[in-house]
Amino acid sequence: MSAQPALSTYPDSLSLQCEQSAPRGAEILIDALVHEGVDSIFGYPGGAVLHIYDELWRARDRITHYLVRHEQGAVHMAEGYARASGRVGVALVTSGPGATNAITGIANAYMDSTPIVVITGQVPLRLIGTDAFQEVDTVGITRPCVKHNYLVRDVHDLAAVVHEAFHLARTGRPGPVVIDIPKDVSAAQASYSRLDHIRFPIREGVTRPDRRALSRAASQILQAERPVMYVGGGIVNSGASEELLALAEYLQLPVTPTLMGLGGFPSAHNLSLGMLGMHGTYAANMAVAESDLLIAVGVRFDDRVTGKLATFAPHARVIHIDIDPANVGKNRMPDLSLIADARQALKALREEISARDHAEIVRSIAQRSQWWDQLRNWQREQPLRFSGSRDQIKPQHVIRELHRLTGGEAIVASDVGQHQMWAAQFYPFKRERQWITSGGLGAMGFGVPAAIGAQLAFRDRLVIAVVGDGGFQMTNQELATAVQYELPVKVLIMNNGYLGMVRQWQEMFHERTYSEVDLSVAPDFVKLADAYGAFARRASRPDELTEVLAAGLEHDGVSVIDVVVEKEENVFPIVPAGASSRDMIFQSEGV
Amino acid sequence: MRHTLSIVVSDQPGELSRIVGLFSARGFNIETISVGATLDPQWARVTIVTRGDDRTIDQIVKQCARLARVRDVQDVTTRPHIEREMALITVNAEAGLQRQEVLNLVGVFRAKVVDISHSQIVVEASGNKEKVDTFIEMLKPIGINEITRTGRIAIGRLSNLETVTTDELEEDVFAVATS
Repeated sequence: MSAQPALSTYPDSLSLQCEQSAPRGAEILIDALVHEGVDSIFGYPGGAVLHIYDELWRARDRITHYLVRHEQGAVHMAEGYARASGRVGVALVTSGPGATNAITGIANAYMDSTPIVVITGQVPLRLIGTDAFQEVDTVGITRPCVKHNYLVRDVHDLAAVVHEAFHLARTGRPGPVVIDIPKDVSAAQASYSRLDHIRFPIREGVTRPDRRALSRAASQILQAERPVMYVGGGIVNSGASEELLALAEYLQLPVTPTLMGLGGFPSAHNLSLGMLGMHGTYAANMAVAESDLLIAVGVRFDDRVTGKLATFAPHARVIHIDIDPANVGKNRMPDLSLIADARQALKALREEISARDHAEIVRSIAQRSQWWDQLRNWQREQPLRFSGSRDQIKPQHVIRELHRLTGGEAIVASDVGQHQMWAAQFYPFKRERQWITSGGLGAMGFGVPAAIGAQLAFRDRLVIAVVGDGGFQMTNQELATAVQYELPVKVLIMNNGYLGMVRQWQEMFHERTYSEVDLSVAPDFVKLADAYGAFARRASRPDELTEVLAAGLEHDGVSVIDVVVEKEENVFPIVPAGASSRDMIFQSEGV
Repeated sequence: MRHTLSIVVSDQPGELSRIVGLFSARGFNIETISVGATLDPQWARVTIVTRGDDRTIDQIVKQCARLARVRDVQDVTTRPHIEREMALITVNAEAGLQRQEVLNLVGVFRAKVVDISHSQIVVEASGNKEKVDTFIEMLKPIGINEITRTGRIAIGRLSNLETVTTDELEEDVFAVATS
C-alpha cells in the first residue's frame, strides 16, 4: 500500500527523501498537540478523522482521549476544562454532522472568550465542494463564531497551523479556533519539526497600558466621590483577581462583578456589592446608577448588565480597561480607555497611585465615607432574599445548603436559566475559576459537560454541575462519559418541571401565557442516573434536603441529586429587558 | 457620513469573506468594495466604502482589526488621500451628431474610447466618484446601454507636500463640466 501524499509537490527535499518513513499528517497533528502541552482531548470519531484516531490510539500514553456521547458535549467539556484550568481545551470531531453538532460549543466559547481549539475532520480535498457524504463548509459555518479558523489544504502547513491556533486561542482576548483537516491531509506525509516561530504573519496585540492614560486614570480614581469597579470575565481570563483585590482594598473601592466575573473578586468580601445587571443586587445596580466614576475592567457593557444603555451609569465618567479594542466604545463610549491586559493594567494603576502623595490617598478614601454609608444603606434596604416554605423546597435554599455543605470550596458549573441565577446569587465564590457558566450565549446543556471538563482539570476537587431539569435533558447522555472515565462530578438538578426562566418571563411579561414550558413529562432522573451507573438520590421535601444533598456530595463517584423545588419560584430582583436598573422588580405582583 | 476604509489583509483564500461576513453580521453596510494585490504578494488591499457615524466607523475599524489575518485598517477619509474609481460604459453612438456628442464628452471628461462599432461606443472613464457620476449623467440622454463600475480604490497622499495633483486638475475639469 502506498499512501500517496495528495500534496507532496511541496518543494521540501527532506520529506521527499524520506517519504517512506515520514510521518503522516495525523501523526504530525498529535506531535504538535503534545508540543502544545495537550494531554487530554474530548472527541467523537467518524469517517473523516479515522487517520487521526489511528494515531491517537498509538499515542494513547501521551494523550488521553475522552469519548463523549455527543459532539456538543465534547466542546463544552473542552470549555469547562479551559475555564477551570486556564489552559487551552481541545475537542476533536468528524466532518459534517460532527462539525455542526460542535457549533453550539464553539459559539459559546466565542461569546465567553474561552480558549479552545476544535479540530474537525473534512472530506478529502478532491471532494470538497461536491456535496460529498458528511461534507459541510465548516470554515464557512464557523466563521462568525471563531477567533480564527483554518482549512488545512497542505500537510506541510499543518504543524504551523496547530501552533498558531494555540497561540491565537490563548493570547489577547482568548477564544475558539477551528482547524478543519481534510481526510487526505491527515493521511499525507511530511516532515515535522517543532516550530519555534509562527510562520504566518501575526499582529501582536498591545497588552501594556499607556502611561499617560494610566496617570489620568489614577487621578480620576483618586478624585472620585462615588466610584464603582465593574469587573468581568477579563479579570478571570487574565488572572487579575489578586491585583483587583489589592487595588480595591488599597483605595476601599466598591466592586461589582458581572456573571462572568464572579469569583474574580471574593463574593463575601466587604467591598463586594454582589453581581450587577438583570438579576444583580439592588446595591450594585443603584451604585452604578448613582456613581460618578465607573471603573470597568474586562467587561463589554453587555445588555444583560446595562439594561437600557441611556440610563446605565448616567452620571458617571467611564474608565474602560479591556484587552480587546473593539469592546471599547461598542456599547458605551468611555471617557478614558486603557487597551491592556487586566492584570497588568490593575498592577500598573496601583503602582501609579501608590507613587502619589500619601495625603492624597488618605483624602481620597476619606471623601468616600458618605458613599459607603449610602452603599450600606442600599444593601440593608434590599438584600438578596427569598421567602421560606415548610412544605416546598426553595431553590435558593438549595444553593445556600450546597454552599454550607461544600464550605464554599466547590467548583460550580451551571447550566442556563433560573438555577444559574440562583447559584450566582447565593453561592459566594472565593476565587477565580471556581464558577463556570454559559454567560454570553446562554446555552442550555452546558452544565453537565462543562463540569466533566472541569473535573478532568482537577480530579481531586469537588465539582458540581448545577442544572435545571430542562438543560439537564439536553446533555444528560454525558453522564456515561463521566461514569466511563471515573470523573466524579455531582449533578444537582433543580427540578421544577418547567422551563423556569421562560415561564417566569411569561408570568411577568406575557400575561401568564404559559406556552410550551411544561416539562413535567420527564424521565425519573434517579432511575435515569441509575441506568447510567451513577449514584442518585431525590429530595422532594424540605426535611429531606440536607441529608440527600450530603449523601450525593459525599459519594465517591458520579452522583445525581434530583431536588424537586417549588415550581413557580421566580428569580428576583429582575430588571426587565431593556429597562433602566431603577425599574427593578423585587417580588411577584400580589405577594 | 461616507468613509473609505483601506484594509490590508493576508492574500489567502477565504479572507475576503471574513471581512464581508463581519460587515453583514454586525449590520454594517458596504457601498463599494474592491480588492487587489499590494506590492508584497502576501498581502492584498481591500478598499471598502461604507456609511456611518463616527462611532459606527470606529467599531468597523476595530472589528476589522480583530481579524487574525488583517494587518492594517485605515480610515483614509480622515487624512489626505486620493480616491479613484473606474467605469466602462456602453453608449449609443450612431455615426453623425450623436457620435460627435459622445466624443465631445469623452474629451471633456478625459475619458477614453476603448471600443467602437457602427451604433455604439464603449467608453472608459476614471476619476473620483463625483466625476464618474457626472459623466454618466451627461451620457444618459444619449442612451446608455450598460454600465460596469469598479468600487472605489484609495491611497494615502504625502500630506506635507504642497503639490498640485492631477486630482485637483481633474476637479477643474469637473467644475467646467458641471457649470
